[in-house]
Amino acid sequence: MSTTHEGTRTHEAHEDITALLKLEDVVQLISPTGERQSSPGFDSWVDDVTTEQLADLYEDMVVVRRIDTEATALQRQGELGLWPPLLGQEAAQIGSARALRSDDFVFSSYRENGVAYCRGVNFTDLMRVWRGTAASGWNPYEVGMATPAVIIGAQTLHATGYALGCQFDGSDSVAIAYFGDGATSQGDVNEAMVFAASFQAPVVFFCQNNQWAISEPVGLQSKRHLSDRAPGFGIPSMRVDGNDVLAVMAATRIALDRARTGGGPTFIEAVTYRMGPHTTSDDPTRYRSASELDEWRAKDPITRLAALLESRGVFPDELGSRVNSKADAVARDMRAGCLSIAKPNPLSVFENVFAEPHSGLERQKSQYAAYLASFDSDPDASTQGDRS
Amino acid sequence: MTTMTLAGALNDGLRRSLARDEKVVLLGEDIGKLGGVFRITDKLQEEYGPRRVIDTPLAEAGIIGTAVGLAIRGYRPVCEIQFDGFIYPGFDQIVAQVAKLHYRTQGTVKMPITIRVPFGGGIGAVEHHSESPEAYFAHTAGLRVVSCSNPQDAHSMIQQAIASDDPVLFFEPKRRYWQKGEVDTELDANAIPLGQARVLKSGSDVTLVAYGPLVRTALDVAAAAADDGVAVEVVDLRSLSPVDFATVEASVRKTGRLVITHEAAQSGGMGAEIAAAITERCFDWLEAAPARVTGFDTPYPPASLEEAFLPDLDRILDAVDRVLGRRNSLTGWKATA
Repeated sequence: MSTTHEGTRTHEAHEDITALLKLEDVVQLISPTGERQSSPGFDSWVDDVTTEQLADLYEDMVVVRRIDTEATALQRQGELGLWPPLLGQEAAQIGSARALRSDDFVFSSYRENGVAYCRGVNFTDLMRVWRGTAASGWNPYEVGMATPAVIIGAQTLHATGYALGCQFDGSDSVAIAYFGDGATSQGDVNEAMVFAASFQAPVVFFCQNNQWAISEPVGLQSKRHLSDRAPGFGIPSMRVDGNDVLAVMAATRIALDRARTGGGPTFIEAVTYRMGPHTTSDDPTRYRSASELDEWRAKDPITRLAALLESRGVFPDELGSRVNSKADAVARDMRAGCLSIAKPNPLSVFENVFAEPHSGLERQKSQYAAYLASFDSDPDASTQGDRS
Repeated sequence: MTTMTLAGALNDGLRRSLARDEKVVLLGEDIGKLGGVFRITDKLQEEYGPRRVIDTPLAEAGIIGTAVGLAIRGYRPVCEIQFDGFIYPGFDQIVAQVAKLHYRTQGTVKMPITIRVPFGGGIGAVEHHSESPEAYFAHTAGLRVVSCSNPQDAHSMIQQAIASDDPVLFFEPKRRYWQKGEVDTELDANAIPLGQARVLKSGSDVTLVAYGPLVRTALDVAAAAADDGVAVEVVDLRSLSPVDFATVEASVRKTGRLVITHEAAQSGGMGAEIAAAITERCFDWLEAAPARVTGFDTPYPPASLEEAFLPDLDRILDAVDRVLGRRNSLTGWKATA
């Protein structure tokens, strides 16, 4: 009897708590139709953003969308093995990445091509992994961005450790971890929040909730807003409209400022939508409806910024043509760069496994080199190309 | 020369590494005030402060993943995994991140991380406290794997591991922590390269390869065999990745017979790799098939059964008899050689 009674009371209490913790709506500074909204507490963080700078953000977003389109085309033409589109997530990536300093350090997943663009990653380098010619495309120290993590959520711990190093160094540089809604279920992400909170590491947890982890809706990962979780770790969190570049920038600036001034970690849930497939190998029509897509298309991050700029008197045709020609140029360079990537030498498979010599691997390498060289001296082998 | 326990030698080696390089930081559970459950980090936090010797939350993936970030920032982390059987929550970070980041980044990011693991059985512990997971890591490209067997090696090798620009899995034979030996603390830590095996006792009849906790047992085997007129050469492997096959090969070309022993399970273990590699290299020199004396392909058993599980003097001597073509437990004692 008493067990049942207590059970019922617990259930009621749980509902009460849920009601108490119900979050406000997401922070939004630009409405889907392009009106500038006021949000106390956030406005002052982007007061300094001029119309000209907004136009630059618009350009960034159009360019990365164009990179996405071009890369998808390259994949369809057989020039890339795979591509993970960011379509729909441009504001979340550009708004946050443009808030960073060059001495901050990004730890991302594989979809943050817009962030990589902002960090100055070369377009050709962006293609290498997806063309299958290298395990990564760039030197992390040159752009302040680690090579993308494919294991879901692993990079959040790296960001936390890096941030700890910044703290030890007495630096005010910040580490920012990008991850998705699916990643929040991973142990690594939860451990990262435990460590970051415990050591008050200067790290920003930037979660792009794009609603889908391949075919799994965010509701499968969490029965609460993802932003609800962080406070349980002792980490303040914000929930912002991830398709609103200004709201994303404001939230990221707040989080960065907290981290730089000893305030520790912050969690940002950027509510957005993956308009495309998970990757070029995915077929989202199997698990989601066209109406859902239409609903989110109406919240497009680029369209709303264009509308805001137009309301500010920025002549849309002029801006549009400037931005489009930039995007065309980038796409052209990217395609040319992609096609120019050479197939690596077979013996390079042994390179950089270790920083210092390893006798076992050296033996395998020399034996394989001898095997390859045997085609040069074997009179029965017509050409080396037959077996390379 | 100073008389030290293996635990004390590790402690002094860690202290010297902390003193030599301010980028060295220790991370682990209970390594601060407590000095670690085996006291390997005893007093180091008192001497170097909580910023250099860091008590972490109880999460192995967290420890390793945080160390990865610290390494990217230019630090040289030394992680303590409290017990062998606790390493698995950190396995993904070790094999998918620590092992591969240098390769993934084409050499631009180094992973000078040392992961210390007290391993092996023989201490009467409960489940998950007596395991030998070294083969998983020796199988993984990008990791160096070593195990010390005596205080002098412990002192030198821990300093070499920390100074290495590659990640090193450092397996400490926990049942030998209290074994004492002479240590020259001023000896150049690089006197013997980290990846090099050592012949601890020379002999012309049988090569006996061991590492970590069973090196002591292997030396006892050599002494017992000598009483029987058999000269056993004991090779302390020291490094499991790379394996110093040149040293083992030279020994087997001399003896023509090979016995390998480890506590870890047999299938897919280090013994299998060594037997295969030496057979490839020394086929014409071998007088008998190589023999393995290992833990069984079972979970590590409860404490009252560990004597049955662990290779010991008699089981290894039996294998020595086998490779010598003498009567042994497999031929039956009444059979003729």
